[in-house]
Amino acid sequence: MSEPIALKLTAKDFKSDQEVRWCPGCGDYAILAAVQGFMPELNIPRERIVFISGIGCSSRFPYYMNTYGMHSIHGRAPAIATGLSATRPDLSVWVVTGDGDALSIGGNHLIHALRRNVNLKILLFNNRIYGLTKGQYSPTSEVGKITKSTPVGSADAPFNPLSLALGAEATFVARTIDSDRKHLQSVLRAAAEHEGSAFVEIYQNCNIFNDGAFDQLKEHETRDDYLIRLEHGQPITFGKDGQFCVVHPPGGFGLEVRETATTRPEEIVVHDANVTDPAYAFALSRLPGLDLRNTPIGVFRAVQRPSYDNVVRTQLDAARAEVTETPEQQLAGLLSSGDTWTIL
Amino acid sequence: MSKQIRQLDRVVIRFAGDSGDGMQLTGDRFTSETAQLGNDISTLPNFPAEIRAPAGTLPGVSSFQVHFADYDILTPGDAPNVLVAMNPAALKANLVDLPRGADIIVNTDEFTKRNLAKVGYQVSPLEDDTLAGYAVHPVALTSMTIGALADQDVSKKDAERAKNMFALGLLSWMYSRPYESTLRFLERKFARRPELVAANVAAFRAGWNFGETTEDFAVRYEVKPAQMPPGTYRNITGNAALSLGLVAAGVRSGLPVFLGAYPITPASDILHELSKHKKFGVLTMQAEDEIAAVGAALGASYGGALGITTTSGPGVALKSETISLAVALELPLVIVDVQRAGPSTGMPTKTEQADLNLALYGRHGEAPVAVIAPKSPADCFYAALEAARIALTYRTPVILLSDNYVANGSEPWLLPDVDSLPDLRVEFASAPNGEDGTTFLPYLRDPETLARPWAIPGTPGLEHRIGGLEKADKTGDISYDPANHDFMVRTRAARIETIPVPDVEVEDPDGDARVLVLGWGSTYGPIGAACRGLRQRGLSVAQAHLRHLAPMPANLGAVLRSYDRVVIPEMNLGQLAHVIRARYLVDAIGYNQVRGLPFTAAELETMLEEVLKNV
Repeated sequence: MSEPIALKLTAKDFKSDQEVRWCPGCGDYAILAAVQGFMPELNIPRERIVFISGIGCSSRFPYYMNTYGMHSIHGRAPAIATGLSATRPDLSVWVVTGDGDALSIGGNHLIHALRRNVNLKILLFNNRIYGLTKGQYSPTSEVGKITKSTPVGSADAPFNPLSLALGAEATFVARTIDSDRKHLQSVLRAAAEHEGSAFVEIYQNCNIFNDGAFDQLKEHETRDDYLIRLEHGQPITFGKDGQFCVVHPPGGFGLEVRETATTRPEEIVVHDANVTDPAYAFALSRLPGLDLRNTPIGVFRAVQRPSYDNVVRTQLDAARAEVTETPEQQLAGLLSSGDTWTIL
Repeated sequence: MSKQIRQLDRVVIRFAGDSGDGMQLTGDRFTSETAQLGNDISTLPNFPAEIRAPAGTLPGVSSFQVHFADYDILTPGDAPNVLVAMNPAALKANLVDLPRGADIIVNTDEFTKRNLAKVGYQVSPLEDDTLAGYAVHPVALTSMTIGALADQDVSKKDAERAKNMFALGLLSWMYSRPYESTLRFLERKFARRPELVAANVAAFRAGWNFGETTEDFAVRYEVKPAQMPPGTYRNITGNAALSLGLVAAGVRSGLPVFLGAYPITPASDILHELSKHKKFGVLTMQAEDEIAAVGAALGASYGGALGITTTSGPGVALKSETISLAVALELPLVIVDVQRAGPSTGMPTKTEQADLNLALYGRHGEAPVAVIAPKSPADCFYAALEAARIALTYRTPVILLSDNYVANGSEPWLLPDVDSLPDLRVEFASAPNGEDGTTFLPYLRDPETLARPWAIPGTPGLEHRIGGLEKADKTGDISYDPANHDFMVRTRAARIETIPVPDVEVEDPDGDARVLVLGWGSTYGPIGAACRGLRQRGLSVAQAHLRHLAPMPANLGAVLRSYDRVVIPEMNLGQLAHVIRARYLVDAIGYNQVRGLPFTAAELETMLEEVLKNV
């Protein structure tokens, strides 16, 4: 096997000529820079990369990528991307969406793309607010959120995006943070390598309408005590001094955080993203509290299941393998199939 | 006993029974036998939305009407000459359509006290004067079928279920139909259960032999083949023809066909049919909803496939936003709307033409699309090709308005020579089109078609972004410039308005008609039959039929103005008439009916005669 030809692209090659128009200080800038910086690693020519988005602040993303791109309509990006990916297995198709786009108006398409395992890399920028429409609560906003549309506090419970994705049979589920470029890129790398749907939640700060939503995970004083950095094959411990760990309590359904000092080492869960049973990743997704304590980031789940694209392609190829006639001959045969009669 | 043979020029038979009695299949087989004989045919299935309504009730009645003749016919016939009623409900539901003198074949085994009570018959209509004036043939269909299969290796239930084949055998004998194709069909259908092949063949033969021997049927009929253009024919429904047209569009364009669809009556058969044609590279996806179905189709078009979505009215409503996106993206997209009676769930298995407004106007913003409608079942094949041609050539969504009547009705189709079908090949953009030789302008138009380049992902050097936001002319960059928006809106309108479509043809054999009947879509048959009826009686009337509803033919205004009166029959409350009045300032008269059934030729003839009297 010959070595792939290195394309020697740089982040600059992925910058389009369009002026970036997010609010100054928006977390989207950091994500854009991280993605543009990561793209050369794919070693895929720009013309074979497509970014498809829906509507919302995050969905302006494709305009800024010097690849093929479509800024579509609210919530529908996974559906549009499914049609593209299924017919064009040669492309690398990325979906950029937000918490309102993916989980509210487009919830149905998201869960079905995941269950089908369409070969899409789905980046969900979660800022827990509607930014583009100027500050209404979103399906990931905390209960009681006071916004323009909920002046006395929202009444509905939020989605946990990772729990939702896991319930929808996602084969790859990960979380990362806009401000941690290195971690973000490591998650993108894992997502890109995954065959099938890769679902990546990116915590993203909206400094205008929901500023500081994830501060505990970013500030020097708190972040190490709050964040659980998942690493495949490693025992799950966290905290400034590794003082916390994750265990599977006997008799319980889920996972719990304990103090490392009082826990026997063999009780500490060793992270395995390849566990077939989604219950494990689901339990991980339920760890964070309302105050963002115990928030895992990294790859929760990465399991193998044939992608939708692959299955339908195999069916098409199998059907076409038997064909020996030209398309026109085939068509003539099809038209005259069934009971026919001839008038002379 | 040798039976008398009588020649007829045309016959209308209606098979009616419970939804579980296999009436659609029986009608279908009789039609196929009839087609083999070379008669012209036209069929009309009529069935409830419920898969199995309570047995023996009026809502559960399913029927199939077939009209066959030794001359070319245009409709499934207004009134049956023969009714096959498998139970009291079938008799009661269909009697109203039956002219006195018609033959009624009833399955007497089902005329039990209980079944009669279910449909409100106090006394059996076979025993009072309900059927006075009809030629009633009481036949113990069920018990004779079970009797005939006594020595077959089948359960009583399977034997009982073969009674439709007994009925088919009897009717095939009565009308001297060739039955080899039915025997072959049964062998195919029950290939895995030889005992059922044997049982159904035996039931068919028992029915045939019963006709031959019973004294109740003294006469056998013949309908000679019709004079039809030479060539090879098959009988085809609209949905099947439409599906084949879409496959043909893939072959003739050389593009992969992608169908995104969500199951909906009466369009699902197109999804079923296209899913069989993977060897043509046709990829079908049963989407999670109507919106995803059209979204996936648009995504496929973006990638260089022929993107198609098939649905009915409620589905078009859901797809509306995505169709507007396709208008803005200027990508090919075919949307098939097999119309059914609305609004909302309405009557899903009944026909209507009430989605014309939806097709023409049912989008936000100024979002014009091309709209075309087939006029008959076989015409669905050509309409599908035409929809694909417009979509691919002009890079626009095209709505194809079929309806339940043409979709499920059938007629003989003279098979076309594949090489004579339109060449739909397209050229994808492959190189920068800017004056500097390096930039790519995704919204620089072809001056002739006003279409923008179709630059598919994977093409080096043409990386670009498109989206729903308003785009600057040529560059496609986001633009909020007032003058640019005004220009783009007008350009999108002009793109559709200037698509060249053939002139509308007027059929006015006498040449002196003062009244023009204008129709669109599936009313072609009944209007044509009504016009023929009038002409046979010495009255002059002209007929014109629209295939292209957007844009309309260039000569339409002149045609309309050259008649004293324009009459527009529609299965809606006057949607085309409204357009015609607004667009051409012609005082068109609407004739409207929304009963879920096609017009009868007789009612149109009566109506037109009134109009002719008053010109």
